[in-house]
Amino acid sequence: MTPAAKTKKASTGASAGAAELLHERELRRIVDTVLRLAKSTGADETEVHVDEVADALTRFANNAIHQNVAEHGLTVSIRTVVDGRTARATTNRIDEDSLRAAIEASLSLAHSQPKDPRLLPMPGGQRYRRVNRFVKQTAALSAEERARAVRRACDLAVKKRQVAAGIYSNGQSQSSLGNSRGLFAAYRETHSEFSITAQEDSAASWAKANSADVRAFDPQKLAERACEKAHLAVNARELPPGRYTVILEPAAVLDLVGFLFYDFSATALQDKRSCLNERMGKQLFGQNISISDDVYHPLQQGAPFDGEGMPRQRVLLVDRGIPINLVYSRAAAKAAGKQPTGHGFALPNEYGEAPMNLVFGGGDSSIEKMVASTQRGLLVTRLWYIREVDPYEKVMTGMTRDGLFLVDNGLVSGAVRNFRFNQSIIEMLKNVELLGPAVRATGEEAFEMVVPAMKVRDFQFSEVTKF
Amino acid sequence: MWDLCTNALDTAKLRGAAYGDVRVMHLRQRDLTTKNGQVGTLSQSESIGLGIRVLANGAWGFASTDRLTREGVAACAAQAVSIAKASALAKRSEVVLAPEKAYVDSWQSPFRKDPFEIPLETQLALLLAADAEMRRVNGVTLTETDMQFRKIDSWFASTIGSRIHQRKVISGCGIAATSFQDEGIQKRSYPSSFGGQHSLQGYELVESLDLLRHAPVIAEEAAALHSAPQCPEKVGTLILGGSQLGLQIHESIGHPIELDRVLGQEANFAGTSFLTLDQLNQLQYASSIVNVVADARLDHGQGLGTFAYDDEGVPAQCTDIIKNGKFRGYLSNRETAHLVGLERSSGTMRTESWNRLPIIRMTNVSLLPGTWDYTDLIADTHDGILMETNRSWSIDDRRYQFQFSTEIGWEIKGGKKVRMLKNPSYSGITTEFWNSCDAICKFDHWTLWGTPNCGKGQPMQTMGTGHGASPARFRNVHIGTAFSDQ
Repeated sequence: MTPAAKTKKASTGASAGAAELLHERELRRIVDTVLRLAKSTGADETEVHVDEVADALTRFANNAIHQNVAEHGLTVSIRTVVDGRTARATTNRIDEDSLRAAIEASLSLAHSQPKDPRLLPMPGGQRYRRVNRFVKQTAALSAEERARAVRRACDLAVKKRQVAAGIYSNGQSQSSLGNSRGLFAAYRETHSEFSITAQEDSAASWAKANSADVRAFDPQKLAERACEKAHLAVNARELPPGRYTVILEPAAVLDLVGFLFYDFSATALQDKRSCLNERMGKQLFGQNISISDDVYHPLQQGAPFDGEGMPRQRVLLVDRGIPINLVYSRAAAKAAGKQPTGHGFALPNEYGEAPMNLVFGGGDSSIEKMVASTQRGLLVTRLWYIREVDPYEKVMTGMTRDGLFLVDNGLVSGAVRNFRFNQSIIEMLKNVELLGPAVRATGEEAFEMVVPAMKVRDFQFSEVTKF
Repeated sequence: MWDLCTNALDTAKLRGAAYGDVRVMHLRQRDLTTKNGQVGTLSQSESIGLGIRVLANGAWGFASTDRLTREGVAACAAQAVSIAKASALAKRSEVVLAPEKAYVDSWQSPFRKDPFEIPLETQLALLLAADAEMRRVNGVTLTETDMQFRKIDSWFASTIGSRIHQRKVISGCGIAATSFQDEGIQKRSYPSSFGGQHSLQGYELVESLDLLRHAPVIAEEAAALHSAPQCPEKVGTLILGGSQLGLQIHESIGHPIELDRVLGQEANFAGTSFLTLDQLNQLQYASSIVNVVADARLDHGQGLGTFAYDDEGVPAQCTDIIKNGKFRGYLSNRETAHLVGLERSSGTMRTESWNRLPIIRMTNVSLLPGTWDYTDLIADTHDGILMETNRSWSIDDRRYQFQFSTEIGWEIKGGKKVRMLKNPSYSGITTEFWNSCDAICKFDHWTLWGTPNCGKGQPMQTMGTGHGASPARFRNVHIGTAFSDQ
């Protein structure tokens, strides 16, 4: 086997840190090697994605670390086009023989299907706006540093006679994309995350943050918040299900509205599987709801190009409650007579595109003001196991989790047993009474967004559970 | 591959590991989909790498790499030991492993037709023909089909002397028709939703499904659902079809019996469990006709939870979970077995890939067949609703309260299916629900269903699990709650 790209020699030292990424020029060399090899195979066009990740994650439970992992991986994904047919093959081996085998596999797959009259030629070179989301302090965070931070958080829980569980992770990743028409794009970023669940008796609460910059959050402050809320969550009482005014913390908003945005795909409308069919341009949500997709927002992460290498555009999706724009891959744009917006998935695929960098317009309220303005309602920390019940009315079901509190006469007055909800997102976004400032939020059901806390009237809880 | 394993374990021991196990895995996958008569996804992938788990200073460390050189593997093993030593900075007790023998073995899952040897043209032609059959039906606005095949080789070695090679061939296939009209979206899938049926078989699975016969049936049902009456809201009798019951087992029995959840190890993400240790051998989990096992052996069938050894080197076993309605067992590993009085792991440690740590996972968690003929079950039901094919599923983080909806319902009156119902749903509390089971169909109606998309762990891992089930009847169930307007 002939090496196509000289890889950085792995250290044999005893470092507990994450592996280092290849230099961008080495990724480019892999791309160039694939394009060179593909020339002699009969491919009309070739596209290459090279993705590399080096991640580490420390996991704790019962006030101690119980899992602690690190990984390094690199994949080369090759799409060829031959006679109006396209297919993809992926490998994680970068010697020439393996790359050649992947090219041949891609060609073999492509040959096996009928010609696709809608297949577009690959795009040529593009210009990208520069974003800088690689923070060396994040990449350098070691297993020992994570362990010490976890130990401090667990010691706090022990001191408060609570039990802590969670993660502390960091890592770095990079992607390069090139094609035989001269397009080349590259991006790298770092990521870090701390999440903690504090348990006291049968009660629990939770706090979580993530960022490209590990200095942007303080694990100990998150631990303090989770411990404090877990203590407030004990002795939960049962309330009857029904419609309540709710104050949703940003993580709760994020995980619920995250299910809406695949419907802003032009392909989803063409397939008639979107809740926006026959609703574009209409006053669907309240006038206080405006939403953009904006990868360049300072609180967002992600590459400035899509799966075909098209530059991502900022798109205003909802303007004062009216859905006015969709996102378009190149194929969907051609079918609709529009310009591509840079939101396409890597081809071939059947889903087209989706906005992945949501930014809500915020308001000037706060959770404290929302509580103070509420006669009777519920303060929701987060939601869990959310699934779609009705795809057109966008009714979602799920549970509250890790801290549900009664608000009575403008004050938080105690914990409440968790509810199941069955709530239309469309209806919910009509019923928003107050918004907080939009912040970077992270949950477990949806990708990260910039969203505000919301006070929502008539949120529908259908049943109650045992805790 | 064994040289890589030996190299990794030797390095780990040299660096101070008291125990180590290593997996080299080679995964191959092929995905084919169609949409509205056109090819959608057409892709193939392979991935090979090594992951090593070690105990050092009484704590765990794990590292993985795709750099399969002598230096790359040694660095990875050294990193795992360093991570374990870092873990020891925040440990509260020493990890103790239940004893296990060393095994040297090689095993391959049985299959008749290697799906990677079947011409792609044949596979695509079948999907496109099924797609065309569905599109022939008026009112259908979206048609989708898919096939997925995987071949997984794993080489496991441990410092106690095990050397185990396993090869698994997995196939999956399904079709779906969607209809948008009158401001509503209805969908029907075959043989089950979210990708169809998946099992530890070769291409013979696809051939057994008879897609072309079922394609027009589900397409007509999708279109007809718009004019069907809404499933009523009431407390009543519910009959679940086999695939929906499989998911019910997965969510309300399979997850709560995972001992890592019970012990709080998943508290931050997947959640915990109502099955606290004091419930073992005490809780009346279900009615006396309910028997559930976790069975990874080939004798149980070719399910997604079938193997010869788990990813901790423990042989496949059958564990009683519910016996005559009583709660009898958990899913355990070598680290947790002693906590429930077991001398040995129940063999449920599984990993998605070489770059993931093995964690406790469902194997084939199955409801054993009952005595009823399906026709007799319907005839014996005076007033009830039959629900088939999952549409949504949700359960709280301790696995008490659940809600499911299905694609289609059928009203049963006087022992006969009388009309179709749209938007069916039901909800309940796990133990109350299972204690209301009064009839389970016999083996003739039993299928080992595959759930290919079970997410758990941080970093997230996706795993396939098996769930044997035949249609069963439940009394006094909350029906229609998902669509009630309080």
